[in-house]
Amino acid sequence: MSSTPFYTPPRWSATFDAHSVAEIHRAAQTGIYDIRGAGAKRRVPHFDDLLFLGASISRYPLEGYREKCGTDVVLGTRFAKKPIHLKIPVTIAGMSFGSLSGNAKEALGRGASQMGTSTTTGDGGMTPEERLSSKTLVYQLLPSRYGMNPDDLRKADAIEVVVGQGAKPGGGGMLLGQKITERVAKMRTLPVGIDQRSACRHPDWTGPDDLQIKIQELREITDWEKPIYIKVGATRPYFDTALAVKAGADVVVLDGMQGGTAATQDVFIEHVGIPILAAIRPAVQALQDLDMHRKVQLIVSGGIRNGADVAKALALGADAVAIGTAALIALGDNDPHWEDDYKKLGTTAGCYDDWHEGRDPAGITTQDPELSKRLDPVKAGKRLANYLAVLTMETQIIARACGKSHVHNLEPDDLVAVTVEAAAMAGVPLAGTNWIPGKSGM
Amino acid sequence: MNVIDLSKTSLREVNSRLQKLPKDTNERLWKLTSVHGEHACAVGLTQPIEVQIDGHIGYYCGGMNQNATIVINGQCGVGLAENIMSGEVRVKGNASAAAGATGQGGLIVIEGDAGTRCGISMKGVDIVVGGSVGAMSAFMAQAGSLVVCGDAGANLGDSLYEARIYVQGKVESLGADCVEKKMTPHHLAKLERLLKRAGIAADPARFKRYGSARKLYNFHVDNVDAY
Repeated sequence: MSSTPFYTPPRWSATFDAHSVAEIHRAAQTGIYDIRGAGAKRRVPHFDDLLFLGASISRYPLEGYREKCGTDVVLGTRFAKKPIHLKIPVTIAGMSFGSLSGNAKEALGRGASQMGTSTTTGDGGMTPEERLSSKTLVYQLLPSRYGMNPDDLRKADAIEVVVGQGAKPGGGGMLLGQKITERVAKMRTLPVGIDQRSACRHPDWTGPDDLQIKIQELREITDWEKPIYIKVGATRPYFDTALAVKAGADVVVLDGMQGGTAATQDVFIEHVGIPILAAIRPAVQALQDLDMHRKVQLIVSGGIRNGADVAKALALGADAVAIGTAALIALGDNDPHWEDDYKKLGTTAGCYDDWHEGRDPAGITTQDPELSKRLDPVKAGKRLANYLAVLTMETQIIARACGKSHVHNLEPDDLVAVTVEAAAMAGVPLAGTNWIPGKSGM
Repeated sequence: MNVIDLSKTSLREVNSRLQKLPKDTNERLWKLTSVHGEHACAVGLTQPIEVQIDGHIGYYCGGMNQNATIVINGQCGVGLAENIMSGEVRVKGNASAAAGATGQGGLIVIEGDAGTRCGISMKGVDIVVGGSVGAMSAFMAQAGSLVVCGDAGANLGDSLYEARIYVQGKVESLGADCVEKKMTPHHLAKLERLLKRAGIAADPARFKRYGSARKLYNFHVDNVDAY
């Protein structure tokens, strides 16, 4: 037996882990909560917990490189005179000029337009550059109504009434003073340099009955041409979807807690709302109960990274997905090329989330003219187009493997879960069983 | 004058006709009758026409108005002239909640009382209320002027930005960061002009002015009790 004394290595508490301890120290030192961008970083049940079954004796696959597998999607077929026809089922989520640089917004428009899909404005209104670069542009009607005007409303291809977003359901927007430049301030009718905190409630409607009339007004102003979306943060997806349908939505946009924000308190991002995986099936159920599935389209967002995520979202019943964080990464956000700069900011490529500070080395989440110049909107737009193409092809690969001639033919029966939690949330069997927790026996 | 009877013509048709008038139209005078509380009536107008609405009207009447002059001979529902850009909307009676919400320009005159949240998030519109306004009026108001000839309800001007508030009567309470400010000759003259423009007889000298203390413009933990 060795005479060397045993050494017990330091042990981190599972409860008071490194991050928790550091956050307590930070809070004690500063007296203020942590604000950051992006979505929930904690591990939550997600699309990774689902698997496709693929074709077998009972299912017939399509040839991966030859046979047609459609990807187009039409949004706004319920009431709008001019529904939107997108070539791919991946859209760009709402992100404001203000939170993003002008070049970043232009790049989003370029990339999306190259691939035949839409972009979305954000809190702060529509810029001429954004309209010019986006073939299909969705105009958000937010509680703040910054920059809202009927001319832009008529220029839009669709209107998205934003009730909430996944990163902060129940919270308003936030843009800190560092990013309130003269142009941003003018667009929002605010003094330069103040911390802008957007309203969390719409100013002129307070419930679904009012919202129905609000939507009527928007349709009247735009000659009933534009599809009207209603965007909600994922919290009570069954009821919110049903109420959105009742209020007259053409499209429901459902954003899970992994969906990004420009800036919000970390505690809000990590502890309010539910994962997108848990939200899709209840929303689809609400549509089915109202005989509105595929009549009112469902767009889901929050943590979409690859074609498998897209395919899984569609299989669970969505008509399309929206990407925000992934689109920014495709433009060049968190690129290791800027590692030295990230280190100077106390972070590292892949982890940078202080988007509210306006010091983004990649020139995306900033209003600093010098930093903004770092992003070439043409090259960044091309990167986004490449990424969207890959997402689409990956989705098709999976759909063909499941024997589907259109990505919308994917269905829950194509899926199983590898965890009990995911099985319960997605309403699909645990792999190797016919057990859907809460729904059926073993 | 063109008269449209809404019991015989659909709202869509009425709005469409008014919205599609060319810039140089000679049909500048319109009267809408039998409106029966219709919502979204005379919204999205763009030309300098005059629209008279006889009867009580529903939500969002005159919404996002540009250039037109709209006169409502009756009471009106929620969100009167919301997000008005320019022109004038006048109510002879009372207005419900959120009158002039987010208005960016133009003039709104409410000859009677206005409900809660009058002028909420206003962004440049001028609102003159002959009577009183309800609670939370001028909440998060960013620019423009709210003139109240009567009393103001609780939490007036809560989280106010740069909008100006003038109240002749009593103020139940002021909201966060809203304070009484000195009435300078400049403000007095502006108020006088506003009252005159609104056609409301009142003595500007009897009004008090309220505005933002600007203490909450940049978050500071010492002000946390105010948030």
